[in-house]
Amino acid sequence: MQLLRQAARQARPRSIVIWSVVSVVAAIGWAMLALARGEDVSAAWMVAAALGSYAIGYRFYSRFILRRVLRADHTRATPAERLEDGLDYQPTDRRVLLGHHFAGISGAGPLVGPVLAAQMGYLPGTIWIIVGVIFAGAVQDMVVLFFSTRRDGKSLGQIAREEIGPVGGVAGVVAIFSIMIILLAVLALVVVQALAESPWGTFSVGMTIPLALFMGVYLRYLRPGRVSEVTVVGVSLLLFVIVAGRWVANSGMADTFTLSPRTLVVWLVIYGFAASVLPVWLLLVPRDYLSTFMKIGTIGLLALALVFTLPTLQMEAVTDFAGNGEGPVFAGSLFPFVFITIACGALSGFHALISSGTTPKMIQKETQVRSIGYGAMLMESSVAVMAITAACVLDPGVYFAMNAPPAVIGDTVQAASETITSWGFVVTPEQLTAAAESVEEGSLLSRTGGAPTLALGLAAIFSDILGGEAMMSFWYHFAIMFEALFILTAIDAGTRVGRFILQDALASTHPKMSRFRSTGWLPGILLTSAAVVGLWGWLLWVGVNDPLGGINTLYPIFGISNQLLGALALGLCTVLLIKSGRLKYAWVTAVPMAWVAVVTLTASWQKVFSGDPAVGFLARRDQYQEGIDSGQLLPGASDMGEMRTIVNNATLDAVLTGTLALLVVVVFLDAFRVALKAVSSPETVRLHEAPYVRSRLVAPAELVATREEKAELARAGLGPGGGFPAEPAGDAPDAEDGGTGGAGTGRADTREDGR
Amino acid sequence: MSVLAVPRRALSWVRWYVTELTGENAYARYRERAEREDPGAKVLSRREFEKWRTDRKYADPTAHHGCC
Repeated sequence: MQLLRQAARQARPRSIVIWSVVSVVAAIGWAMLALARGEDVSAAWMVAAALGSYAIGYRFYSRFILRRVLRADHTRATPAERLEDGLDYQPTDRRVLLGHHFAGISGAGPLVGPVLAAQMGYLPGTIWIIVGVIFAGAVQDMVVLFFSTRRDGKSLGQIAREEIGPVGGVAGVVAIFSIMIILLAVLALVVVQALAESPWGTFSVGMTIPLALFMGVYLRYLRPGRVSEVTVVGVSLLLFVIVAGRWVANSGMADTFTLSPRTLVVWLVIYGFAASVLPVWLLLVPRDYLSTFMKIGTIGLLALALVFTLPTLQMEAVTDFAGNGEGPVFAGSLFPFVFITIACGALSGFHALISSGTTPKMIQKETQVRSIGYGAMLMESSVAVMAITAACVLDPGVYFAMNAPPAVIGDTVQAASETITSWGFVVTPEQLTAAAESVEEGSLLSRTGGAPTLALGLAAIFSDILGGEAMMSFWYHFAIMFEALFILTAIDAGTRVGRFILQDALASTHPKMSRFRSTGWLPGILLTSAAVVGLWGWLLWVGVNDPLGGINTLYPIFGISNQLLGALALGLCTVLLIKSGRLKYAWVTAVPMAWVAVVTLTASWQKVFSGDPAVGFLARRDQYQEGIDSGQLLPGASDMGEMRTIVNNATLDAVLTGTLALLVVVVFLDAFRVALKAVSSPETVRLHEAPYVRSRLVAPAELVATREEKAELARAGLGPGGGFPAEPAGDAPDAEDGGTGGAGTGRADTREDGR
Repeated sequence: MSVLAVPRRALSWVRWYVTELTGENAYARYRERAEREDPGAKVLSRREFEKWRTDRKYADPTAHHGCC
């Protein structure tokens, strides 16, 4: 013990130097981003500010949460150790689990939101992505993971029902279901906007369906379980269909694959229904492998490309749209809308579902919630930083031409160039045409939804080091494919999740309905799938036909709903902290919860009641209704039918936003009641924690083991992954090759010997 | 020899990592466990096992899917 303390003291001067340097680097990065005016800013400062801040947040804040707030106990056995069954509960090497967890939480959200938020300049978005993740997003993921681990890996919904009560529980389930539907509609809308009128994109993305079917059959019947081999084959074929898309687009078949947004909606709805009814192994499983690989591969490639090329940011630090709230991409001022738009890159309510799903059943040590929960979310946030960087390296004129709806910029390059130049972002019609030609698309005007913009940014960065101008169009369609693949997988999986929630809810209404819960009862599956697909399909149809542009209306609703879920998860964490006697530290989740609640409820209020028709749905409804009454066409509508569509959409959006906000307020009030009760009469508190069991498992807390941890592993005769120590004498362990050195021996990590 | 030692170790680490991450080692682990617990019992074939594992894993879709 004396020795340990001495070691800690000795390490201090070096540690002080290192962390001073990191702080200075981060500070310089932030200073350059914030203070540079009227000159080009290098993405290097973005990298410095982000990585420096992440490092400080991880080293100091997450350690404080782990030790002081959660008081994670290294000696307490996790569910993976106590309930090990070789199936769900399985102690898993922390480095592998980090990969699993990251693949689970990452999705299309952090790629889309930051791109849209770039309309206010690179600075507001970047600040929230980084500050938000350190103080809210990563905290939420880590704390939920911790509490779920203490409860045998129970889901967020179960924990809410047990710890808060049935009212909050039911409102929570309804909120999650509605959020799921909105999410699916918005994601589908992004795909529609990316593929409409683009034969190259439509062909290559469409080909992923037969490709997935082939992989599915291969994995099920030809060579079961050989995931890497089928993924390699799948990815090669994927690259081939991207290249082949170009031939198709330049051939007589181009017309077949040139689809209008409405046709694409029909195809997507049919796909969504089929995918959720078909057995998982046929479509979802292979898609999962393919998109996970593409996700990790592309993000890794982008990180490398950014660091190598260090492109220059062309967007202003803060544009006028941040203050005046008249931005064409989404309306409303910086507060609260930049926070709503960034959404998943800084805080995602959905991660709470993953952090309380499989990960807590696989974690070896409570102390690993820091590297896995907090660490994976920092990685996710860095993806969002890359996305906003990619959007900001584009010429701002081109950026606005791609992201403003036709109602604002018109549908010719001349009109777009005039309007955008009048905002102060000079762009010529020739530039707009050249940008479209460089990626072999007919037009890039109003390609809203974020995906095409990100794809163009990625293509510019990638082609800088790989292939030059000639490869621009390939990289563009590669990036479109990468995003569409993600999103289609999310639609497939999300429809199933929605169906599952609906089946469960229907079954619990009446004993006679319990049949709905059965996964083998086909009519039930067909009915609930149709209901879920019908709901998001309808919302998608509304979005596609919105004369004022669907993304700028639907995306804020999605952002609000996602952040509301995050506020709920943080609220639940606060209740748990208070109930478990950690009142003193409840601010760790209560402050971000309060902030997110204020942001989202303000945004909901403004979206419904704001007097500005560009922001408030009710004001917009009244304005267009008056137009209809007086027989006058207003901007955005080309006939009276469109005027009526606008009125109907505005009413629908107002009801949707209002309902969500109300649901969340109900859950909040219920949670507040429980927290108050826990503070006023602590003797009534019943925690549903699993009892303490002493841990036998040896495993380091962080990704890289400390000197003491290495010594402990060596004493136990284990490799770097940890595991169960050998039994003393007599009970000889079989094949205990853990101590022979080399990371490869990690194979023995999760093997359990003669317990 | 020593020149190749580092890349070889890195390669074997990557191979181990990928096997773990994709769950390709699940069958070997299952088999080992099953044989240890009851050497006489019938062990599923790889095909049966993978089929059973996939269906089981996806039975509750809420458990392992994030969307954003």
